[in-house]
Amino acid sequence: MKYRDIREISMNLIPVAAFLLALLIGTIMIAFLGVNPLVAYQALLKGAFGSINAIADTIVKATPLLFVGLGICIAFRAGVLNIGGEGQLVAGALSATIVCLTFPNLPGWMLIIIALLVGLLSGAIWAGIAGFLKAYFNVNEILSTIMLNYIAAYGMNYLLSGPIMDPLQIKLGSFIPQTARLAHAVDLPRLIPTRLHFGIVIAIVFAILVYIFLWRTTIGFRIRMIGQNIQASRASGINVQKYIVLAFILSGALVGLGGAIEVLGIHHRLFTDGSVSGFTGSAGFNGIVAALFGQLHPIGTIPASLLLGALLTGANKMQRVVQVPSALIGALNGLIVIFVVGSEYLRRSQARRMEQTADTKNNSKNKDKRENK
Amino acid sequence: MEAIIIGIAKSAIRLATPYLYASIGETIGQLSGVLNLGVDGVMLMGAFSAFYTVLRTGNLWLGLLAAIVVGAIFGLLIAFINVTLKAEQGISGIGVYIFGLGLSSLLFSTMVGTVQTVSGFPPLSIPLLSNIPVVGEIFFQQNILVYGAFALVPISWFILTKTPLGLSIRAVGQHPEAADSLGVNIVRIRYFTVVLGGMLSGIAGASLSIALLNVFQQNLTNGMGFIAVALVYFGAWRPKTVLIGALLFSTVNAIQIWIQVKGINIPSDFTLMLPYIVTIVVLAAMAKRRIHPPAALNKPFERGE
Amino acid sequence: MKCKKNITILIMISILVLFLGFGANAKTFRVAVIMPSAISDLAFSQSMYDSLLTIQEEMGKENFEFVYSENMFVVADAAAAIRDYASEGYDLVIAHGSQYGSSLVDIAPDFPNTSFTWGTSVSTFSDQGITNIFAYEARSEEGGYVCGVLAAKLSESNVYGVIGPIETGDAKLYVDGFKAGVLATKPDAQVNVNWTGSFSDVALASEAAQTHINVGADVLTGTAQMVVGAIGVARQRGVLWFGTQADQTSIAPEVVVANQVYDWTVVLRPMIQLIREGTIGGTTYALTLANGGLKIVVNQEALVGKTIQDIIEGKIDIEL
Repeated sequence: MKYRDIREISMNLIPVAAFLLALLIGTIMIAFLGVNPLVAYQALLKGAFGSINAIADTIVKATPLLFVGLGICIAFRAGVLNIGGEGQLVAGALSATIVCLTFPNLPGWMLIIIALLVGLLSGAIWAGIAGFLKAYFNVNEILSTIMLNYIAAYGMNYLLSGPIMDPLQIKLGSFIPQTARLAHAVDLPRLIPTRLHFGIVIAIVFAILVYIFLWRTTIGFRIRMIGQNIQASRASGINVQKYIVLAFILSGALVGLGGAIEVLGIHHRLFTDGSVSGFTGSAGFNGIVAALFGQLHPIGTIPASLLLGALLTGANKMQRVVQVPSALIGALNGLIVIFVVGSEYLRRSQARRMEQTADTKNNSKNKDKRENK
Repeated sequence: MEAIIIGIAKSAIRLATPYLYASIGETIGQLSGVLNLGVDGVMLMGAFSAFYTVLRTGNLWLGLLAAIVVGAIFGLLIAFINVTLKAEQGISGIGVYIFGLGLSSLLFSTMVGTVQTVSGFPPLSIPLLSNIPVVGEIFFQQNILVYGAFALVPISWFILTKTPLGLSIRAVGQHPEAADSLGVNIVRIRYFTVVLGGMLSGIAGASLSIALLNVFQQNLTNGMGFIAVALVYFGAWRPKTVLIGALLFSTVNAIQIWIQVKGINIPSDFTLMLPYIVTIVVLAAMAKRRIHPPAALNKPFERGE
Repeated sequence: MKCKKNITILIMISILVLFLGFGANAKTFRVAVIMPSAISDLAFSQSMYDSLLTIQEEMGKENFEFVYSENMFVVADAAAAIRDYASEGYDLVIAHGSQYGSSLVDIAPDFPNTSFTWGTSVSTFSDQGITNIFAYEARSEEGGYVCGVLAAKLSESNVYGVIGPIETGDAKLYVDGFKAGVLATKPDAQVNVNWTGSFSDVALASEAAQTHINVGADVLTGTAQMVVGAIGVARQRGVLWFGTQADQTSIAPEVVVANQVYDWTVVLRPMIQLIREGTIGGTTYALTLANGGLKIVVNQEALVGKTIQDIIEGKIDIEL
């Protein structure tokens, strides 16, 4: 194997090394809690991949991460960070639920398509509000998306505490904040007889679509150019503002779709526990992490989401088996993100060094050619 | 009527305190070009450190020191990742948040275990000033960490606009190449601002656990750190405007609590939305001229680029 | 050679006997519980955790074993946990959260030999043909009512402050009960209620307490783990506190008058008994004052005796 190939492989292994390093620190923390780290990590692996059900759970967990991650990819390529994922998930899930509750008599397949479209549009609109505020009122998008996250959550709480609460709950007097279970007709089909649902297929299809969009269309090209070099883009006459808003809208659309799929695929109702992430389970944040692990590339986000989904699912099993406090999982999760993000630097400088050696090699080859003439 | 205004104003000032510390800390960091979304995680670690120290030693100042030290350590970590390792700042911040939240909860469940209260900083009346009718009660009968937060505004404004240090900070964030060619040590400035920001976030957390709430619980801050970051944008990177933002948000929050308590017939979820909606609306109304963020915000610096 | 064969058979039989003997004695009752918040929340989850510890003390560690998963606020994770515990052969899987019900409906039929239970709820899904789910609820409005009556007797300003998370579930039941109890005792009372929109916003709960006191309340109450903020304020301003879900006296013994404590052992004991006898589902249990599942733990003994007795003897109608 050529030296260059070895270096290229080692370069891509750097995030893996960082990941393992974080796990090593996790090992120390686990040992500190009086638990055998080997048992702990064995449980983690088993929880993520140890059975058909485990793998199904991993994929189910990865699905919203993939949608959010794809949204983040688009936004990031335009140079903006979309931290409104939590609110956009809620917007998508809420609107899809309302559609299904309001039109129970339509045929299932039609209702599914409508609900998913509505979810997609709602996410787009919710992100679009932030984009609109930025373009016309100069309201910073980090501020507006954070605020919108809360507004969405409170709006959902309001609806779940009354207008769309399960009538059965009201009758029984238990007032649990959830809707009725949606009709089985709108359940997304299952891939194998587990909880694994069709949503992952839709997600992967969209990943490919996003790739095609970003790399094979003019609009996508412009979006990427804005992210790379905003001055040059302006200079070449592109309406930067318009494309940033568009990136936001598309980002929100993907996330909203993810929210709708969560409802139709796995939960079959809308519920909350009162907190901002009561329904989403912080997928809006974890999706950002997934996008990063995927090198902010839509296709890369697929394995990244699966890996993150595996980590989160496996960690829960680990908590069950060795009975460590659940907070350990959060701490471990954060460590992994920090380490992998930090290791990007090494990867990039390796990449640059490789380019330089390639250049000098080419130069010397040309020089040799000239001299041998 | 007077009593109502006094009550709401006092609430607003208390609520604004942690936002002020964290927000100004983040402002300074962002002015030098570094984005830190992990503020909430650092606040939680600061809150826990202060709480645990006070729980074990009973010494409030030691607790505050613990929060500052822990905040500084986290600041170092963030600076290392964002400045030296030149990582993607938005995402590394989220990692710090998740880590801080997890670690503080973990330490709490293993070292404390059950919820308990401590005796935090008591209200400290400022002599003479606290006797002024209305104003005196609102502003001058708070506790010392509240005073600190408000004092921070003019102090940071002064440092940022009237001192060479402040000039360097702003230059590093606006024109790093120019600053570098003039001999300013970009790395050192950025480390300084981020560590300072960490310390302030730690104090923000301590203001909750050993002054205002006198308790620690998992996820005590409940997302405050993100609101603090949002307020930096509201404040257009100026401490005075950040103060306005923090007070606006907190006042509306205090008012919505009062609206609910008074039984005024608005569903609670809508009143809860008010602070967030008002913040956006006010910012939209205010932004008549273009507000420019520091040009180098979120861009790692590399010589020769 | 025949000798060797005989010895081998002997050894195998001995092992078999030992095994059976082992099996006969090791009927440890194994429980797994899934909870939506931390076991240190001094509220919903902690009450269940403490109750399980109590049962373990009663039955002895060799006979009763339990494991837990806390902070399972993501329902999908909880569902995975429930399924996992069931497949590990736990005798009873407790899904301690009203949001877990729909997951149980999916999982319980796959494990017909495992007993599941969940709360707070009344539905055992027997109408859907499921026979291995128990349900339990807490009639927290009863304790709320009693606290309300007590509060009314103690208040001088006749203004009461209630701080709730969101207006659903057993939080709503408690608050409704408290209000009813106050109004039944003093019909002209002013009961102010606010909802903080979350179970964990301690800062908001603290400021809400301040506001309530500012408008005249001299008695406060509330539910969810965020109330520690309110209790701190109550202590600081010398205002009385009534707690629910757990005994909050330790937080501020000067002002915490009484707490409605959830004692889930009242529900767990008959359940475990039934399971051991072979019935693994179908019954709904409730924590009530009458059966001791709800206890009013008082810090000032004198005032409560008469009121509780009245309820048990059916003298106080709890009207909501």
